Amino acid sequence: MDLQILTYLVVGASFALYIGIAFWARAGSTGEFYAAGRGIHPVANGMATAADWMSAASFISMAGLIAFKGYDASVFLMGWTGGYVLLAMLLAPYLRKFGKFTVPEFIGDRFYSSTARIVAVVCLIVASITYVIGQMKGVGVAFSRFLEVDATVGLLIGSVIVFLYAVQGGMKGITYTQIAQYCVLIVAYTIPAVFISLELTGTAFPQIGLFANHVESGVPLLTKLDTVVQELGFTQYTAQAGGTLNMTLYTLSLMIGTAGLPHVIIRFFTVPKVADARWSAGWALVFIALLYTVAPGVGAMARLNITDTIYPNGIQGEALAYDERPDWFKNWETTGLLTFEDKNGDGRIQYYNDKATAGDGNLIDPTWAGNELKVDRDIMVLANPEIAQLPNWVIAIVAAGGLAAALSTAAGLLMAISSAVSHDLLKGTFMPNMSEKSELLAARISMGVAIAIAAWLGLNPPGFAAQTVALAFGLAASSIFPALMMGIFSTRINNVGATCGMLAGLLSTLAYIFAFKGFLFIPGTELFANTTANHFLGIAPEAFGAVGAAINFGVAYAVTSVTAETPKHIKELVHSVRVPRGAGAAVDH
Amino acid sequence: MADSEQNSPADNAYWATNIKIVTSFLVIWAFVSFGLGILLRPLLSGISVGGTDLGFWFAQQGAIYVFLILIFVYAAVMNLVDKKFDVQED
Repeated sequence: MDLQILTYLVVGASFALYIGIAFWARAGSTGEFYAAGRGIHPVANGMATAADWMSAASFISMAGLIAFKGYDASVFLMGWTGGYVLLAMLLAPYLRKFGKFTVPEFIGDRFYSSTARIVAVVCLIVASITYVIGQMKGVGVAFSRFLEVDATVGLLIGSVIVFLYAVQGGMKGITYTQIAQYCVLIVAYTIPAVFISLELTGTAFPQIGLFANHVESGVPLLTKLDTVVQELGFTQYTAQAGGTLNMTLYTLSLMIGTAGLPHVIIRFFTVPKVADARWSAGWALVFIALLYTVAPGVGAMARLNITDTIYPNGIQGEALAYDERPDWFKNWETTGLLTFEDKNGDGRIQYYNDKATAGDGNLIDPTWAGNELKVDRDIMVLANPEIAQLPNWVIAIVAAGGLAAALSTAAGLLMAISSAVSHDLLKGTFMPNMSEKSELLAARISMGVAIAIAAWLGLNPPGFAAQTVALAFGLAASSIFPALMMGIFSTRINNVGATCGMLAGLLSTLAYIFAFKGFLFIPGTELFANTTANHFLGIAPEAFGAVGAAINFGVAYAVTSVTAETPKHIKELVHSVRVPRGAGAAVDH
Repeated sequence: MADSEQNSPADNAYWATNIKIVTSFLVIWAFVSFGLGILLRPLLSGISVGGTDLGFWFAQQGAIYVFLILIFVYAAVMNLVDKKFDVQED
């Protein structure tokens, strides 16, 4: 069947499923809208959390990032999974026991301060909005590449789908759609990965294939890859290029940032018991690991596939003639994500690191006039089925998978944003006498408005949209995670201490990011060029969240020690969140 | 961190046990990721795994598997601890 029709059918079927869920899972109370009635099974919640967490970036960009960064990309693999250990042991069970609906609500109650609650709301909204813009753009890109629909139209279709189930069903609708979306995205990710692993290494499991022998050359895949990329003047694939301190702090920042992201934390409010919250974090990581342990294999094999395509007879042989380029190459050229410029005018594609110095173990020909091929890392996963010449239905499923990954994360983020607006700002701060019925209506309206704003920002992305990682993880790591942890593990930290700590963590991290990336990411306003030599102790802006968190802890303890003691009823609250007994009471909250 | 004057002794003992378990699990968490995956990698470069070394395997595969084991063992152990201190949910 024609690829176009097949893609429409597969994507259309997945959308019909999501809409069906929207009509079936209607939320009747705020408890259902905010926390799905706290009736989600821990395995089901684990699956929903995996879809909630794995965004367009995990699905589309991560393997490409690994392909081009090799060992140094391990920070993403360890950072984005290690956070679940922290969630399971330091946050999720206790916040579930607390039994309320939002993250800022815990911070406001525990630190008996509406200022602290507002600071948390601001961090939540900035982090989540930055993140959601990337998802909306991802929806547009997937539509335009696979369905040949204008990106704007694609983005609007995506927004309408999310609107249908998120406004109707709140967390309840989002949960069941995320479960369906997880199934679509994991199938879409796994099938091409298995085929490519079979083709290159003869084993079906990319986790094993990565460390197996390369069939064609008979040497281990990674040895082959190290050799090939070194011959092209790049750093060896398995070698460490960046600094050790930076790599350690980057990993730690992503871990605590993951644990502190509100849209992930609120998923654990939907399970019935404290013990379920612990199990559920484990199941979430099982479902995440199904993609995250495959991604390194996909990255390495995709990198090898690209070089093999460009140099069919090895690096010393003739490079691929531009006129003989394969069809997938042409398809991706039209998107602008793959570009060729014949600098030496020989009609062949020379792809190499033109910044490498000759005689560094590389085989770069002195007659080459510069690298002629630019490959956007985002195409590695999406183009994989075409590069490996897989059947059309695989390409159709990959399109549906990319859309599922983007839509599921967008809905989770919109849920966090709208509950912060209706529950923390309206009900909690400005209109405390609101009835449950009006709060439910307010929650639906905030959801609708949040979707409209997200769609608008997706169409008109501000300059900072590409800085999702630095901004969202920096804010979550430096302000939200430490506040939550101190709120649970210390009875002493008081209102002033926590608020000062959050502000100190937040402002120091923002100052560091802005110093290298420009004030509000406006080009030209940066104080220093964003290079390793300029970074304080070599710490990149993306890796600074952990330092901001340390500042937060330090300031909170120092300020607490010179201000009034925590009241007795707050200490009792802390003691009560520490023991599971009595969590059932919160089901009817 | 453990200042719990107004709390029942049983609950305090439960919390002290939890802190011990969490601390020891987080030591393993940090050892496999920051330790074996990053800081100790140069020391372990002699141990080869499929075309590269043990540190690379931990950084791109092993750490994730250990994280999984840690969470499930923690959940199982805490179920027993909850029962032992009689703080489990109904």
